[in-house]
Amino acid sequence: MTKTAERQRPRTAAAPTVPAPSPAGDRGRRRLADQARAYAFLLGGLICFALFSWYPAIRAVVIAFQKYTPGSSPQWVGTANFTRVWHDPEFSAAWRNTLTFTLLALLIGFAIPFVMALVLNELRHAKAFFRIVVYLPVMIPPVVSALLWKWFYDPGAGLANEALRFLHLPTSNWSNGADTALVSLVLVATWANMGGTVLIYLAALQSIPGELYEAAELDGAGLLQRVRHVTVPQTRFVILMLMLLQIIATMQVFTEPFVITGGGPENATVTVLYLIYKYAFLYNDFGGACALSVMLLLLLGAFSAVYLRLTRSGEEEA
Amino acid sequence: MSTRTLISPATLARPRGKALYWTVFSAVVLLFALAFLFPVYWMVTGAMKSPDEIARTPPTLVPDHWHLGGYTDAWDLMQLPQHLWNTVVQAAGAWACQLVLCTAAAYALSRLRPAFGRLVLGGILATLMVPAQALVVPKYLTVADLGLLNKPVAIWLPAVANAFNLYLLKRFFDQLPRDVLEAAEMDGAGKLRTLWSIVLPMSRPVLGVVSIFALVAVWQDFLWPLMVFSDTDKQPISVALVQLSQNIQLTVLIAAMVIASIPMVALFLVFQRHIIAGISAGGTKG
Repeated sequence: MTKTAERQRPRTAAAPTVPAPSPAGDRGRRRLADQARAYAFLLGGLICFALFSWYPAIRAVVIAFQKYTPGSSPQWVGTANFTRVWHDPEFSAAWRNTLTFTLLALLIGFAIPFVMALVLNELRHAKAFFRIVVYLPVMIPPVVSALLWKWFYDPGAGLANEALRFLHLPTSNWSNGADTALVSLVLVATWANMGGTVLIYLAALQSIPGELYEAAELDGAGLLQRVRHVTVPQTRFVILMLMLLQIIATMQVFTEPFVITGGGPENATVTVLYLIYKYAFLYNDFGGACALSVMLLLLLGAFSAVYLRLTRSGEEEA
Repeated sequence: MSTRTLISPATLARPRGKALYWTVFSAVVLLFALAFLFPVYWMVTGAMKSPDEIARTPPTLVPDHWHLGGYTDAWDLMQLPQHLWNTVVQAAGAWACQLVLCTAAAYALSRLRPAFGRLVLGGILATLMVPAQALVVPKYLTVADLGLLNKPVAIWLPAVANAFNLYLLKRFFDQLPRDVLEAAEMDGAGKLRTLWSIVLPMSRPVLGVVSIFALVAVWQDFLWPLMVFSDTDKQPISVALVQLSQNIQLTVLIAAMVIASIPMVALFLVFQRHIIAGISAGGTKG
């Protein structure tokens, strides 16, 4: 028995999915029964993936080239959806806003968590408190944090302007001003999502071997030099990962603009996903919505492919 | 304590180092309290202010009178019990469907060697590259064609198509010791029995992680339920809050926001160690 166990162990490592077919009919029948059982286990999940993941992906591409109204039979219209969407003035606004949002979210929502994790990692007290508090906003439903900040940004008795008045600073229009709206939304998104990033950075910082810092210090490296030459290179992989994940997530931003600004003022906060929603549910133009979806899909798919590539190679390195 | 970080323990032990450490420490505590706890405090107390008081400038830091009326009004006027119940049904169903179907599928892919198993797994992993939100419109049309609109099934079944959770489970099953599973089969246990009495008990940690992810995802989601539930009586709390926010008194809305946050915040406070450990581990391992 030990012998068979030993012989079979290497098979796990190599993991060939299908064993060689056997000539004997009896074993063939047993294999068929095994397969039937395997697919019985697999079926439910498979149907869900087929219906709600694979089929919609194909359907998005198909409908992008159709005039589609629910209830009537679709007509092929070639690239008409793409050209119509392209000439919509909101189209360029939506892409500009989404890209600006992503860029601002990277600048604000990226440096801050890193510095925060760096400082937290040095603190030797109340560790659990900091971790819980920084993650608390993540657990508040996004709709609630959006409504909460909408109230803070209120030009009348909003907390944001009260804070500015308290500090004797000029007040701002926040989410109600065309030029400040997008930044205001980035602040909300950063506040709400920072916790996860900080925790992941902290984990990465904790895996840096202490000897590296010691050696650097012996070589006369100051504090900032140690950050630059030890901390950053050691966490480079995690930084890159999170950056890509954040790009993918912020390019799909919807809740904040929908709840706080409704895309306004003057289309200053319409995002691509918001525009997709508008095409489908306000204009009843599913062809246009799918054309936009395909564009977003291609861009995000490229980012995701890079992400998966990097995680793969990272795992092999580790 | 034991591992050395950016700043050496020797530097911290010096009087100047100590003073600096406690200054930074207090500053960070203050900053965290202001940035993360104060907004929550403002929300909880804002709901207890009177409509007059909440519009006052400069605002009062502590409510003049502690009204609980905002909370009771929200509970009654905004039909919160109905919407909370809808959310619970949607989240619990999605959780159950994911646990049953994803676990079964992951077990099959990991242990039962289905023909074309690699192809299926590849297809599932490929959906990780396709961000979910970009496909909401065709997904909505599919759900509409199936006649599932305004039904909780519209949340449950799409939740199963979660490649991340399925892959997490499969990876865990891959690492289970083969001998134990083979011993079970020697003893005459069928596949289902092996899964139920051997694999699942050994997989408690990963099942916990998947469960929390599943519940939180449904509770926090907004765009998908907004599309699927046009019927007001069927809407989960997140959609109902936004729909009702237009024409309701501010204090009542804020009270409703607090109530909507309580379940997830409570879940977090109870399981915070597991959740934080899970995120920290998941992030570095990819």
